[in-house]
Amino acid sequence: MSGVDLGSVLPGFDDPAFGSQAAFRAALQALSRPGVLVDCERAAYSLCLALLDQDTRLWLSPAAQALGPSLRFHTGCVLVPEVAQADFVMAGTAREMPPLESLATGSDEAPHRSATLIVEVGELAGDGGWKLSGPGIPGDAGLRVPALGERFLEEWQANGTRFPRGVDAFLCSGGRVCGLPRTTRIEALMFRVES
Amino acid sequence: MLQLVGSENPERREWMGILSRAPLEMLERWRAGANPPAHRWLRRPETGLVMVRGRAGGTGEQFNLGEMTVTRCALRLESGESGVAYVQGRSHRKAELAALADALLQSGRKEMVLKELLLPVKARLAGDAEAMQRKAQATRVEFFTLAREAAE
Repeated sequence: MSGVDLGSVLPGFDDPAFGSQAAFRAALQALSRPGVLVDCERAAYSLCLALLDQDTRLWLSPAAQALGPSLRFHTGCVLVPEVAQADFVMAGTAREMPPLESLATGSDEAPHRSATLIVEVGELAGDGGWKLSGPGIPGDAGLRVPALGERFLEEWQANGTRFPRGVDAFLCSGGRVCGLPRTTRIEALMFRVES
Repeated sequence: MLQLVGSENPERREWMGILSRAPLEMLERWRAGANPPAHRWLRRPETGLVMVRGRAGGTGEQFNLGEMTVTRCALRLESGESGVAYVQGRSHRKAELAALADALLQSGRKEMVLKELLLPVKARLAGDAEAMQRKAQATRVEFFTLAREAAE
Protein backbone atom coordinates (compact mmCIF):
# COMPACT_ATOMS: atom_id res chain seq x y z
CA MET A 1 0.00 0.00 0.00
CA SER A 2 1.30 3.45 -0.81
CA GLY A 3 2.72 5.55 1.99
CA VAL A 4 1.31 8.79 3.33
CA ASP A 5 3.58 11.79 3.54
CA LEU A 6 2.62 13.38 6.84
CA GLY A 7 4.13 16.69 5.80
CA SER A 8 1.18 17.39 3.50
CA VAL A 9 -1.59 16.13 5.80
CA LEU A 10 -4.18 18.70 6.88
CA PRO A 11 -5.76 18.52 10.33
CA GLY A 12 -8.99 16.52 10.47
CA PHE A 13 -12.01 17.37 12.58
CA ASP A 14 -11.23 18.95 15.96
CA ASP A 15 -13.56 16.41 17.48
CA PRO A 16 -13.97 13.39 15.18
CA ALA A 17 -17.36 12.32 16.58
CA PHE A 18 -19.08 15.72 16.63
CA GLY A 19 -17.33 16.93 13.48
CA SER A 20 -18.38 14.02 11.32
CA GLN A 21 -21.89 14.05 12.78
CA ALA A 22 -22.26 17.73 11.91
CA ALA A 23 -20.98 17.14 8.37
CA PHE A 24 -23.26 14.13 7.96
CA ARG A 25 -26.21 16.19 9.17
CA ALA A 26 -25.34 18.88 6.62
CA ALA A 27 -25.18 16.25 3.86
CA LEU A 28 -28.54 14.83 4.91
CA GLN A 29 -30.12 18.27 5.05
CA ALA A 30 -28.65 19.24 1.68
CA LEU A 31 -29.90 16.09 -0.09
CA SER A 32 -33.37 16.22 1.46
CA ARG A 33 -33.83 19.91 0.64
CA PRO A 34 -32.25 20.36 -2.79
CA GLY A 35 -31.51 23.97 -3.59
CA VAL A 36 -31.10 25.03 0.04
CA LEU A 37 -27.60 26.22 0.86
CA VAL A 38 -26.49 24.43 4.02
CA ASP A 39 -23.65 25.72 6.18
CA CYS A 40 -20.79 23.28 6.58
CA GLU A 41 -17.28 24.36 7.43
CA ARG A 42 -14.76 23.50 4.66
CA ALA A 43 -17.70 21.76 2.97
CA ALA A 44 -16.01 19.58 0.33
CA TYR A 45 -13.24 18.42 2.67
CA SER A 46 -15.58 17.88 5.64
CA LEU A 47 -18.03 15.84 3.56
CA CYS A 48 -15.18 13.59 2.46
CA LEU A 49 -13.92 13.21 6.04
CA ALA A 50 -17.40 12.26 7.21
CA LEU A 51 -18.48 10.00 4.35
CA LEU A 52 -15.31 8.10 3.41
CA ASP A 53 -13.84 5.06 5.08
CA GLN A 54 -11.52 2.22 4.13
CA ASP A 55 -14.22 0.57 1.99
CA THR A 56 -14.80 3.56 -0.28
CA ARG A 57 -12.90 4.43 -3.42
CA LEU A 58 -12.21 8.05 -4.20
CA TRP A 59 -11.24 9.76 -7.44
CA LEU A 60 -9.64 13.20 -7.22
CA SER A 61 -9.38 15.71 -10.03
CA PRO A 62 -5.97 17.34 -10.57
CA ALA A 63 -6.90 20.43 -8.53
CA ALA A 64 -8.06 18.24 -5.64
CA GLN A 65 -4.96 16.02 -5.59
CA ALA A 66 -3.52 18.00 -2.68
CA LEU A 67 -6.26 16.58 -0.44
CA GLY A 68 -5.25 13.01 -1.26
CA PRO A 69 -2.74 12.44 1.57
CA SER A 70 -5.06 14.03 4.16
CA LEU A 71 -8.05 11.91 3.17
CA ARG A 72 -5.92 8.77 3.00
CA PHE A 73 -4.56 9.50 6.47
CA HIS A 74 -7.82 10.41 8.18
CA THR A 75 -10.27 8.04 6.49
CA GLY A 76 -8.15 5.23 5.03
CA CYS A 77 -10.05 5.53 1.73
CA VAL A 78 -8.63 4.06 -1.47
CA LEU A 79 -7.60 6.45 -4.23
CA VAL A 80 -8.39 5.19 -7.74
CA PRO A 81 -7.08 6.54 -11.05
CA GLU A 82 -10.24 5.72 -13.05
CA VAL A 83 -13.39 7.76 -12.51
CA ALA A 84 -15.61 4.76 -13.29
CA GLN A 85 -14.21 2.76 -10.33
CA ALA A 86 -14.90 5.44 -7.75
CA ASP A 87 -17.67 5.58 -5.13
CA PHE A 88 -16.89 9.25 -4.54
CA VAL A 89 -15.69 11.66 -7.18
CA MET A 90 -14.22 14.95 -6.06
CA ALA A 91 -13.59 17.76 -8.54
CA GLY A 92 -11.51 20.67 -7.27
CA THR A 93 -13.03 23.02 -9.83
CA ALA A 94 -16.17 22.84 -11.97
CA ARG A 95 -14.02 22.81 -15.10
CA GLU A 96 -12.38 19.55 -13.98
CA MET A 97 -15.66 17.78 -13.41
CA PRO A 98 -15.70 14.53 -15.39
CA PRO A 99 -18.73 13.86 -17.65
CA LEU A 100 -21.57 12.48 -15.52
CA GLU A 101 -22.02 9.48 -17.80
CA SER A 102 -18.46 8.36 -17.01
CA LEU A 103 -19.37 7.88 -13.32
CA ALA A 104 -20.71 4.67 -11.79
CA THR A 105 -24.52 4.80 -11.81
CA GLY A 106 -25.24 1.57 -9.92
CA SER A 107 -27.62 -1.04 -11.25
CA ASP A 108 -31.40 -1.34 -11.18
CA GLU A 109 -31.08 -3.92 -8.37
CA ALA A 110 -28.54 -1.82 -6.42
CA PRO A 111 -28.95 1.84 -7.38
CA HIS A 112 -27.17 2.88 -4.16
CA ARG A 113 -23.90 1.64 -5.60
CA SER A 114 -23.70 4.72 -7.77
CA ALA A 115 -21.04 7.38 -7.37
CA THR A 116 -21.49 10.57 -5.39
CA LEU A 117 -20.06 13.69 -6.95
CA ILE A 118 -18.55 16.46 -4.84
CA VAL A 119 -17.65 19.61 -6.77
CA GLU A 120 -16.08 22.82 -5.55
CA VAL A 121 -17.99 25.29 -7.73
CA GLY A 122 -16.66 28.58 -6.42
CA GLU A 123 -19.78 30.71 -6.45
CA LEU A 124 -23.16 29.46 -5.29
CA ALA A 125 -26.30 31.52 -4.76
CA GLY A 126 -29.91 30.70 -3.97
CA ASP A 127 -31.48 32.94 -6.56
CA GLY A 128 -32.19 32.74 -10.28
CA GLY A 129 -30.30 30.97 -13.03
CA TRP A 130 -31.76 27.52 -12.54
CA LYS A 131 -35.22 26.40 -11.49
CA LEU A 132 -35.11 23.24 -9.39
CA SER A 133 -38.09 20.98 -8.84
CA GLY A 134 -38.71 17.49 -7.56
CA PRO A 135 -38.93 15.65 -4.22
CA GLY A 136 -37.97 17.80 -1.23
CA ILE A 137 -38.72 21.07 -3.00
CA PRO A 138 -42.04 22.78 -2.28
CA GLY A 139 -43.02 24.27 -5.65
CA ASP A 140 -39.71 25.19 -7.14
CA ALA A 141 -36.41 26.66 -5.95
CA GLY A 142 -33.85 28.94 -7.52
CA LEU A 143 -30.14 28.24 -7.72
CA ARG A 144 -27.33 30.07 -9.45
CA VAL A 145 -24.05 28.30 -10.18
CA PRO A 146 -22.07 30.43 -12.64
CA ALA A 147 -19.35 27.80 -12.99
CA LEU A 148 -21.70 25.14 -14.36
CA GLY A 149 -23.03 25.75 -17.83
CA GLU A 150 -25.25 24.14 -20.41
CA ARG A 151 -23.09 21.04 -20.68
CA PHE A 152 -23.87 20.21 -17.06
CA LEU A 153 -27.60 20.76 -17.52
CA GLU A 154 -27.68 18.36 -20.48
CA GLU A 155 -25.72 15.75 -18.55
CA TRP A 156 -27.94 16.23 -15.52
CA GLN A 157 -31.05 15.70 -17.60
CA ALA A 158 -29.59 12.48 -18.99
CA ASN A 159 -28.73 11.48 -15.42
CA GLY A 160 -32.39 11.91 -14.43
CA THR A 161 -33.61 9.60 -17.21
CA ARG A 162 -31.58 6.69 -15.79
CA PHE A 163 -33.66 6.55 -12.60
CA PRO A 164 -33.43 4.57 -10.28
CA ARG A 165 -29.80 4.54 -11.37
CA GLY A 166 -27.89 7.81 -11.41
CA VAL A 167 -25.44 10.08 -9.69
CA ASP A 168 -26.08 12.35 -6.69
CA ALA A 169 -24.11 15.55 -6.37
CA PHE A 170 -22.96 18.00 -3.74
CA LEU A 171 -22.09 21.46 -5.00
CA CYS A 172 -19.74 23.10 -2.53
CA SER A 173 -18.65 26.67 -2.19
CA GLY A 174 -16.25 27.16 0.68
CA GLY A 175 -18.37 26.73 3.79
CA ARG A 176 -21.69 26.06 2.06
CA VAL A 177 -23.09 23.05 0.30
CA CYS A 178 -26.10 22.44 -1.92
CA GLY A 179 -27.33 18.90 -2.58
CA LEU A 180 -28.58 17.68 -5.95
CA PRO A 181 -30.07 14.19 -5.60
CA ARG A 182 -30.72 12.30 -8.82
CA THR A 183 -34.45 13.04 -8.52
CA THR A 184 -34.04 16.79 -8.86
CA ARG A 185 -35.00 18.32 -12.21
CA ILE A 186 -33.18 21.43 -13.33
CA GLU A 187 -34.41 23.93 -15.89
CA ALA A 188 -32.38 26.90 -17.03
CA LEU A 189 -34.23 30.20 -16.87
CA MET A 190 -33.45 32.15 -19.98
CA PHE A 191 -32.02 35.59 -19.43
CA ARG A 192 -30.31 35.78 -22.78
CA VAL A 193 -30.81 39.12 -24.46
CA GLU A 194 -31.46 38.90 -28.20
CA SER A 195 -28.95 40.93 -30.07
CA MET B 1 -3.05 -0.45 7.57
CA LEU B 2 -1.43 2.79 6.59
CA GLN B 3 2.26 2.70 6.17
CA LEU B 4 3.85 5.98 7.11
CA VAL B 5 6.69 7.38 5.09
CA GLY B 6 9.84 6.84 7.11
CA SER B 7 8.74 3.56 8.67
CA GLU B 8 11.37 1.84 6.53
CA ASN B 9 13.90 3.89 8.49
CA PRO B 10 15.28 1.41 11.05
CA GLU B 11 16.46 4.12 13.42
CA ARG B 12 13.04 5.72 13.59
CA ARG B 13 11.50 2.31 14.00
CA GLU B 14 13.64 1.75 17.07
CA TRP B 15 12.87 5.08 18.71
CA MET B 16 9.12 4.66 18.02
CA GLY B 17 9.33 1.33 19.84
CA ILE B 18 11.18 2.84 22.78
CA LEU B 19 8.77 5.80 23.01
CA SER B 20 5.76 3.49 22.91
CA ARG B 21 6.97 1.81 26.12
CA ALA B 22 8.43 4.85 27.86
CA PRO B 23 7.04 5.53 31.35
CA LEU B 24 4.90 8.65 31.54
CA GLU B 25 6.89 10.25 34.36
CA MET B 26 10.09 10.11 32.30
CA LEU B 27 8.33 11.73 29.35
CA GLU B 28 6.91 14.44 31.61
CA ARG B 29 10.30 15.16 33.14
CA TRP B 30 11.83 15.46 29.66
CA ARG B 31 8.98 17.73 28.50
CA ALA B 32 9.48 20.09 31.43
CA GLY B 33 13.13 20.58 30.55
CA ALA B 34 12.98 20.42 26.75
CA ASN B 35 10.50 23.23 26.15
CA PRO B 36 9.32 21.97 22.72
CA PRO B 37 7.63 24.35 20.24
CA ALA B 38 3.83 24.60 20.06
CA HIS B 39 2.02 22.04 17.94
CA ARG B 40 -1.24 21.49 16.07
CA TRP B 41 -3.13 18.22 16.05
CA LEU B 42 -3.36 16.27 12.83
CA ARG B 43 -5.16 13.53 14.72
CA ARG B 44 -6.12 13.99 18.35
CA PRO B 45 -5.24 11.14 20.71
CA GLU B 46 -7.64 8.23 20.39
CA THR B 47 -7.64 4.90 22.18
CA GLY B 48 -8.38 1.59 20.53
CA LEU B 49 -7.45 -2.05 20.37
CA VAL B 50 -4.89 -3.79 18.21
CA MET B 51 -4.60 -7.53 17.77
CA VAL B 52 -1.21 -8.84 18.79
CA ARG B 53 -0.02 -11.87 16.88
CA GLY B 54 2.82 -14.18 17.68
CA ARG B 55 4.08 -17.73 17.98
CA ALA B 56 2.83 -18.49 21.49
CA GLY B 57 4.82 -21.70 21.89
CA GLY B 58 7.85 -20.35 20.13
CA THR B 59 7.13 -22.69 17.22
CA GLY B 60 4.69 -22.98 14.36
CA GLU B 61 2.62 -20.32 12.69
CA GLN B 62 1.74 -16.90 14.06
CA PHE B 63 -1.66 -16.70 15.65
CA ASN B 64 -3.72 -14.14 17.55
CA LEU B 65 -2.40 -13.83 21.10
CA GLY B 66 -4.86 -11.23 22.29
CA GLU B 67 -5.91 -7.63 22.00
CA MET B 68 -3.96 -4.78 23.45
CA THR B 69 -4.99 -1.23 24.30
CA VAL B 70 -3.16 1.35 22.23
CA THR B 71 -3.45 5.13 22.04
CA ARG B 72 -2.34 6.94 18.92
CA CYS B 73 -2.08 10.52 17.76
CA ALA B 74 -0.37 12.69 15.15
CA LEU B 75 0.70 16.30 15.41
CA ARG B 76 2.70 18.95 13.59
CA LEU B 77 5.14 21.33 15.22
CA GLU B 78 5.13 25.03 14.42
CA SER B 79 8.54 24.46 12.88
CA GLY B 80 6.98 22.04 10.36
CA GLU B 81 8.00 18.56 11.51
CA SER B 82 5.27 15.98 11.99
CA GLY B 83 5.30 13.34 14.68
CA VAL B 84 3.19 10.28 15.32
CA ALA B 85 2.89 7.99 18.31
CA TYR B 86 1.35 4.62 19.03
CA VAL B 87 1.74 3.95 22.75
CA GLN B 88 0.63 1.23 25.14
CA GLY B 89 -2.33 2.01 27.34
CA ARG B 90 -4.96 4.72 27.48
CA SER B 91 -2.91 7.77 28.43
CA HIS B 92 -3.57 10.55 25.92
CA ARG B 93 -0.85 12.63 27.52
CA LYS B 94 1.69 9.89 26.96
CA ALA B 95 0.77 9.66 23.28
CA GLU B 96 1.09 13.44 22.94
CA LEU B 97 4.55 13.51 24.54
CA ALA B 98 5.76 10.53 22.51
CA ALA B 99 4.60 12.21 19.28
CA LEU B 100 6.33 15.42 20.31
CA ALA B 101 9.54 13.47 20.85
CA ASP B 102 9.14 11.76 17.47
CA ALA B 103 8.74 15.12 15.75
CA LEU B 104 11.76 16.60 17.50
CA LEU B 105 13.84 13.54 16.64
CA GLN B 106 13.31 14.48 12.98
CA SER B 107 14.43 18.05 13.57
CA GLY B 108 17.72 19.71 14.39
CA ARG B 109 17.24 18.87 18.07
CA LYS B 110 17.64 15.15 17.47
CA GLU B 111 20.89 14.75 19.45
CA MET B 112 19.37 16.50 22.46
CA VAL B 113 16.31 14.26 22.51
CA LEU B 114 18.49 11.19 22.08
CA LYS B 115 20.62 12.16 25.04
CA GLU B 116 17.94 13.50 27.36
CA LEU B 117 15.11 11.09 26.65
CA LEU B 118 15.83 8.05 24.53
CA LEU B 119 19.01 6.80 26.18
CA PRO B 120 17.66 7.06 29.76
CA VAL B 121 14.40 5.39 28.72
CA LYS B 122 16.27 2.65 26.90
CA ALA B 123 18.40 2.03 30.01
CA ARG B 124 15.30 1.96 32.21
CA LEU B 125 13.50 -0.52 29.93
CA ALA B 126 16.56 -2.75 29.80
CA GLY B 127 16.81 -2.60 33.61
CA ASP B 128 13.13 -3.47 34.01
CA ALA B 129 13.47 -6.41 31.64
CA GLU B 130 16.53 -7.66 33.48
CA ALA B 131 14.83 -7.35 36.89
CA MET B 132 11.86 -9.32 35.64
CA GLN B 133 14.12 -12.00 34.19
CA ARG B 134 16.04 -12.23 37.46
CA LYS B 135 12.81 -12.68 39.35
CA ALA B 136 11.68 -15.39 36.98
CA GLN B 137 15.07 -17.10 37.15
CA ALA B 138 14.85 -17.25 40.95
CA THR B 139 11.80 -19.50 40.77
CA ARG B 140 13.04 -21.65 37.91
CA VAL B 141 12.81 -25.36 38.63
CA GLU B 142 15.28 -27.82 37.13
CA PHE B 143 14.19 -31.45 37.15
CA PHE B 144 17.64 -32.99 37.45
CA THR B 145 16.33 -36.41 38.31
CA LEU B 146 14.15 -36.74 35.26
CA ALA B 147 15.58 -37.30 31.84
CA ARG B 148 14.26 -34.71 29.40
CA GLU B 149 12.44 -36.12 26.44
CA ALA B 150 14.46 -35.66 23.32
CA ALA B 151 13.30 -32.68 21.33
CA GLU B 152 11.82 -33.59 18.00
